[in-house]
Amino acid sequence: MSYLKIFSVLLLSALLAACPKPVVPDPDPTDVTYGGDSGADTSGASGSGLGDGEFFGEAEETLGTVIYFDFDSSEVRAQDQDIVAAHAIRLNEDSFASVRLEGHADERGSREYNIGLGERRAQAVRQLLMIQGVNASQIQTVSFGEERPEAMGSSESDYARNRRVEIKYPR
Amino acid sequence: MYKKLIFAMLVTLCVATDATAQKLRINVQGIAQPTPVAIVPFGWEGNSPRSPLDIAGVINNDLKRSGRFAPIAETDMLQKPTDGADVDFDDWTILGIEAVVVGKLIETGDNAYTLQFQLFDPISRKQLVGYRMPASRGTMRAAAHRAADMIYEKLTGIKGVFGTKVAYVTAEQQGKERLYSLIVSDQDGENDHKIMESKDPIMSPAWSPDSRQLAYVSFEGSRSSIFVQTLRSGNRFQVSNKPGINGAPSFSPDGRKLVVTLGGVDGNPDIYVLDIRTREATRLTTHRAIDTEGTWSPDGRYIYFTSDRAGGPQIYRISANGGTPERVTFEGSYNARPRLSPDGTRLAMVHNDRGNFRIAVMNLETKDLLILSSGQQDESPSFAPNSDILIYATRQRGDGVLETVSADGMIRQKMASGQGDVREPVWSPFPRF
Repeated sequence: MSYLKIFSVLLLSALLAACPKPVVPDPDPTDVTYGGDSGADTSGASGSGLGDGEFFGEAEETLGTVIYFDFDSSEVRAQDQDIVAAHAIRLNEDSFASVRLEGHADERGSREYNIGLGERRAQAVRQLLMIQGVNASQIQTVSFGEERPEAMGSSESDYARNRRVEIKYPR
Repeated sequence: MYKKLIFAMLVTLCVATDATAQKLRINVQGIAQPTPVAIVPFGWEGNSPRSPLDIAGVINNDLKRSGRFAPIAETDMLQKPTDGADVDFDDWTILGIEAVVVGKLIETGDNAYTLQFQLFDPISRKQLVGYRMPASRGTMRAAAHRAADMIYEKLTGIKGVFGTKVAYVTAEQQGKERLYSLIVSDQDGENDHKIMESKDPIMSPAWSPDSRQLAYVSFEGSRSSIFVQTLRSGNRFQVSNKPGINGAPSFSPDGRKLVVTLGGVDGNPDIYVLDIRTREATRLTTHRAIDTEGTWSPDGRYIYFTSDRAGGPQIYRISANGGTPERVTFEGSYNARPRLSPDGTRLAMVHNDRGNFRIAVMNLETKDLLILSSGQQDESPSFAPNSDILIYATRQRGDGVLETVSADGMIRQKMASGQGDVREPVWSPFPRF
């Protein structure tokens, strides 16, 4: 796979990250996880030039860290493939870096079965990372099922926000 | 501190279709008519001016909440005997009362009491039960529940479960964090104790067959592991903390093993049998699908579990020694979280009923499926040890609350909690005296 191609994908996704995402009900997943750090975002995306190692160092804050899923699905949607690809680059750059994929499900149905569904989503992201060269030892998965919802309500849009994988870099 | 659970009688619905209905009197609208009974205030023979516990009140509540009895108010009683010899049967038959309970609490020493009661049928003018038992201040409430159990069994032919306990999980929002607690209470919600609390999720409590221990899943440290905790001492030990999923524990009938779900690094959840002493896990299923929520049949021969190997989740069973799984449920697109009745005749599950997740019970012989609940997100069915009642979680204004329903679907009651989101109730086995 062309490194340059992935690179341009990253650039594109960094630019896209600045725009509101039209499809996902939660308009800014980045904000949820890194709400306090949003000030650092733009300098990383627009400031440093291409090829600068610094760009990747700041990339964590510009990258989307939450992947959302359709009902009863563990397929990473087309618009989220770029986010995963960018994380793959980051992990390939630094073989000491490790990532934790936290899978979640909406509240419908049985709790332990939902643990299985959340795990399946985390595994889908894991597979995508591994296909792009990330070492299995760099990836940990955990499923919280329906136990840690992002949205507390019981509407369709709440459910859509809760069917997700959160990509976390343990410190 | 924990608010007491408050119970509210809901509805007594009834369709007189099966044999268990014959104990209930059915009126023309098809509404079950609870049997009128009288629990006369208990006498008190002791040094202090007042009885340390309103024994009749405890029995009254137990019988009333069962939905099968309507205890009359004290103010309607024409006499209030505390000894069988003083019962005037005509005073009760004239009120239409079908059973009378009288009794007293006698102080016999320092923190030593005798609780005695008699149950009469005023129509046949016969004593049905007479019993006395020792009690202390600490066991008095349990003694009153035991009396209620004996009365209930004599009148209905069904073993009472008033002396049993319920374990459940609560989640309370505290600022930005949630506090999860594992609670054990009497089956009426009284006498609740916090067994364990954590800022990370607690899931899937399961009773040991001797009701002395609970197994559960904890996410402390943000990863799942399975613990077994002894209730009396509070001591606990970790029995599984493998990479990936450690979930859905359920004790074998002999209490030596747990059926669990393990996922491994590749995240393919399968059913394993875990020896509690040696921690050795034996794999039972190997399918790529999600296999989870294993539970033993009461005879120990089979393990029932949820699997989506055919697309959506359905219930399967496999020999406890391994082998080829056999599909058990076929009705509907979603059947999960199997639990067998202790008598082995029925299977409770979460069933998708036209978009609503409801509690259903399948008769294992006839394969008939009966939907027992009426919510949208009902979950975690658990049979009482008499196989006659189930407890499960439902939603009320966004929060989880507990409900009980008779296995024939006729009597349903809400058990509303004052605090937090209540979920995953599990009914204890019968206590061992």
